[in-house]
Amino acid sequence: MFDYATLRVIWWALLGTLFIGFAIMDGFDFGVAGLLKVLGRNNEERLVLIEGIEATWEGNQVWFILAGGATFAAWPMLYAVSFSGMYLAIFLVLLGFILRPVGFNFRGKVHDPRWASLWDWVLVASGVVVMLISGVAFGNLFLGLPFRFDDDLRMTWQGGLFDLLHPFALLAGLVSLSMLLAHGACWAALKADEVLAARAVKMARWLTLIYAVLYVTAGIWLGYRIPGYAISGAALVEGVSNPLFKQVALGGTWFASYLQYPLFWIAPALAFASAIGVQLLVGRRSVAGFIASSLMVGSTIASAGFALFPFLMPSSLDPRSSLTVWDASSSHGTLSLMLGATALFLPIVIIYTSWVYRVMRGRVTLAQIRAAHGGY
Amino acid sequence: MIIDTDVVTLSRLQFAMTALYHFLFVPLTLGLVWMLAVMEAVYVMTGREVWKRMVQFWGVLFGINFAMGVATGVTMEFQFGMNWAYYSHYVGDIFGAPLAIEGLMAFFLEGTLVGVFFMGWDRISRVKHLLVTCFLALATSLSAVWILIANAWMQHPVGAAFNAQTMRMEVTSFSDVVFNPVAQAKFVHTVSGGYVLGSMFVLSISAWYLLRGRNVDFAKRSMTVAASFGLAAALSVVVLGDTSGYTVSQNQKMKLAAIEAMWHTEPAPAPFTLFGLPDVQERTTHLAVRIPWVMGLIGTHSTDETMPGIAELVDTAKGRIGEGVKAYDAMLMLRQDKNNTQAQATLAAHDQDMGYALLLKRYVDDPRKATPADIQKAADSTIPNVPVLFWAFRIMVGCGIYFIALFALAFWKASKRELTKHRWFLKLALWSLPLPWLAIEMGWIVAEYGRQPWAIEGVLPTALGVSSVSSGQVLTSIGGFVLFYTALAIVDVWLMLKFTRKGPDGLGIWPHNGTIATAGH
Repeated sequence: MFDYATLRVIWWALLGTLFIGFAIMDGFDFGVAGLLKVLGRNNEERLVLIEGIEATWEGNQVWFILAGGATFAAWPMLYAVSFSGMYLAIFLVLLGFILRPVGFNFRGKVHDPRWASLWDWVLVASGVVVMLISGVAFGNLFLGLPFRFDDDLRMTWQGGLFDLLHPFALLAGLVSLSMLLAHGACWAALKADEVLAARAVKMARWLTLIYAVLYVTAGIWLGYRIPGYAISGAALVEGVSNPLFKQVALGGTWFASYLQYPLFWIAPALAFASAIGVQLLVGRRSVAGFIASSLMVGSTIASAGFALFPFLMPSSLDPRSSLTVWDASSSHGTLSLMLGATALFLPIVIIYTSWVYRVMRGRVTLAQIRAAHGGY
Repeated sequence: MIIDTDVVTLSRLQFAMTALYHFLFVPLTLGLVWMLAVMEAVYVMTGREVWKRMVQFWGVLFGINFAMGVATGVTMEFQFGMNWAYYSHYVGDIFGAPLAIEGLMAFFLEGTLVGVFFMGWDRISRVKHLLVTCFLALATSLSAVWILIANAWMQHPVGAAFNAQTMRMEVTSFSDVVFNPVAQAKFVHTVSGGYVLGSMFVLSISAWYLLRGRNVDFAKRSMTVAASFGLAAALSVVVLGDTSGYTVSQNQKMKLAAIEAMWHTEPAPAPFTLFGLPDVQERTTHLAVRIPWVMGLIGTHSTDETMPGIAELVDTAKGRIGEGVKAYDAMLMLRQDKNNTQAQATLAAHDQDMGYALLLKRYVDDPRKATPADIQKAADSTIPNVPVLFWAFRIMVGCGIYFIALFALAFWKASKRELTKHRWFLKLALWSLPLPWLAIEMGWIVAEYGRQPWAIEGVLPTALGVSSVSSGQVLTSIGGFVLFYTALAIVDVWLMLKFTRKGPDGLGIWPHNGTIATAGH
């Protein structure tokens, strides 16, 4: 139906969509979890916050599972290189994903303050670790990662966990953390009891401000200090998926694709506008505030993805080994089939997810919590 | 390219540990959720409160188990990329698709509805809630369909071909992948195994209440559901396990020969070895007690087809290694010049055996330079661990036959309304609780350990599939898994026991005196 190049671009966009879907849908769960001890000052308040995400976090987490599965199916090399290369960082993220479901389920099973507090800390830690490391990993993409392929396309990686902690990558981690905490605060402003909601509004405003400053700093840093990668000569957009068939030059700017496709500027502009939107709306119209923070999350990720285009994962060790949209995808057949499956099922997913949110709508109040749990 | 054997061993150990652990929870989810759906359907149809309370009580235990299943399932999805990077690259074009579709079609539905199942009782109508439960059950089974399609492809890789340009397998027919006969046999067998476990779980815990005289009415009804559901499931797991055996014999002859410790081809129809001590060194089975004909009938569904023995299969492997080296050579020539038509033809003729050349990589860097001794070693390496398979299979089958007997007995007692008549029966039901787990884990060992040395049967040796990580990194993650999984296991078992002890009466789901009127709600 589509030619190979078009399918690759579609799958690049879908990959972005799925990760943005994850960041928006599960990002606020992680944000609320990260703020659990700050926003909720006692057990009852923390129960309000947890109850506000309890019915839906599990479905939201599937965005991540799906994004991972789709990367495996549509970009197998990206999946293989990123997960094995950043082994220990990914393992920490995995621990976050392992501990969270049991944290939500087990926390309320025993009526004891120490028990509740233990699982609260587990939820906070899993939230902060996942938000921070995701950002650090994304930041590292701009710096290039130390891998190369041999002729069998077996990848080797030179570096460990601490090599990922470049100052720019740490900044990207903080952008991610502040952005998703702000997003979580916007959810709490929408969902929690009035007292808590007022506190969440204040928190959302501060966090959005911090995010905006960090985001702009990161943008300037990226533009002036971080050399970009570019494919030398004409890209073989219809070529076979073998990264070694191209040459890559280093030294340009990561803003090259913005110069080439000026429409890309919509993303950073929208990110900035939504941050202002959060400031203006979160206190008055909490639904609009949450939509603004969702747009902020989505457009921030999109702006980073646009800057990388057509790169998915540049290699600092052997630039030729870099993974790009044109040479790291699945076969034409698999991309077509997966596109069909996504086009069929994703709308259905969105329909029943909306239904569930409608069923579970409304604020969670302290009075409800007291009635249902007697304090725990 | 040098494969670090420590990394291979550690990665395999980690995969086996985490998969076996994950597989403690998933089958229970698979089985229990359908029992919840059945109970809730009865509630909606009859309007009798006791059935709703049954859904709510078993739902609590289901919820604890479900959380563990979700938590440990994420590991499986991460692990292919983390520890099996070359595998992910080499077969991701085919293997990734069913995993992604599982997420889209099944896990999304499951994850989204589970919250409404627990928190939606007062928010939606009875019929809508029943629909949620049924879709939740359907989603868990659909999830199993896609995971087993992926797994079946590892056992019987159809609909794919090697591409020398991209150095990987690529899909040629997705419908062959989806309608893989192994996938169908595996799905029915695995899901039935889960139903047996779910039934045993309800049967055993109910028996415990009856032994203590607690929640009598509640437990009897639960037991009746478990007995009927369990009998159907136990029959299906064994009968369809036979189909599974038949499919194995068609495409994994070595696995079947190892299960049977059949060192040499037997005259048809081959006997079944009931008991024996397989001796790997001598390649013989001591003290064998054999039942004539049975294996031949199961394996070939005929009386005149022979089933090849291990020694004969090693000879076949040796031949395929030779053919595979030709494919490997052609692949290297194509790397120099992709338009070399002669090499293209050679590769096309021998690419079915390419994987056998890769077996040599454990012994020699360049398979083309392999000595006859290397080839012999590689051919011998196609023999899986015979004693382990032999015993794992027998334990599994023994359990399966026992389940039929136990559930038939329970069913008979339930229909005669004398479930509480004999304490020995209740005790038997209680102490049978661990057996389905044992059988299920043994089944995993037969299927996965029995496929070794292959990650993808005949296509990719397990040792080549690993990532280029250090053994220190894998040791770190193994340490983390041991630590966290042990802690979670302790908490999980403790919570399960706590809520079982509390019971429907202690949780306020069911009144102490057994009459619903005072329960209030």
